[in-house]
Amino acid sequence: MKNPKQVYQTYIRATPKKTWDAITKPEFTRQYWAGIANVSDWKPGSKWNHVAKVGKQEEVWITGEVVESVAPKRLVITWADPDDLKDQSRVTFEIEPMKGMVCLTVTHDQFKASSTMAGKVAWGWPRVLSSLKSFLETGKGLDVFSRS
Amino acid sequence: MQPIGCILNDVVDEVFKALADASRRKLLDILFKNNGQTLNELCAPLDMTRQAVTKHLVILEQANLIAVKWRGREKLHYLNPMPLHEIYERWIGKYERHRLQALSDLKKGLEENKDSK
Repeated sequence: MKNPKQVYQTYIRATPKKTWDAITKPEFTRQYWAGIANVSDWKPGSKWNHVAKVGKQEEVWITGEVVESVAPKRLVITWADPDDLKDQSRVTFEIEPMKGMVCLTVTHDQFKASSTMAGKVAWGWPRVLSSLKSFLETGKGLDVFSRS
Repeated sequence: MQPIGCILNDVVDEVFKALADASRRKLLDILFKNNGQTLNELCAPLDMTRQAVTKHLVILEQANLIAVKWRGREKLHYLNPMPLHEIYERWIGKYERHRLQALSDLKKGLEENKDSK
């Protein structure tokens, strides 16, 4: 892939507020994102962490900063593995209301030239987003990382 | 009029119809290699008129297989893997999970067997 900018778009029968909460509230992300919590106060300049429970311990798998935050429309965050902070990229969530549903667009871009992150997230995003859609529409997420 | 993702059956129809054409599949392959191209860039490697490419892009967009992003006045086309992933989940993923479950049950069974010896 010459341009590793990734765009994922899905239509979800939900309100913008519910979609926003599902992305930003740990009690919701845990239910569809393989038990992982997205933790932050979601104010521009704040840190955010993608926290997994491994046994009884909590581990930060992805970390970054909130760049832009306009609830319930637009959230821009940086994205990096805490063990490799130089390999930073950017994720933008856009929630566009439509009749009885939202159009959610997730754009992952600004990968560093030598980044290994693009390949990893290309595997993960479709799984996470279809689980998010299932969670919002049926109340139940999918077993996203069952094949990892 | 925007499509409604893969919620409804007629939207699934649109995805399969969009894929039932070699030129449209080629356009998706071109975007997979180099994502985010303008109409002009997409026309360059293809032996097709600009009108024909436009027509194919509209069908791909309606099926949500292509997502459009604007960069100033430039319309950039991106491959959107979500509808294909939803089709994969519906017809392949869930069967694969059963197979993996069967394998893990087999492993467990074999290990338990070994312990009891």
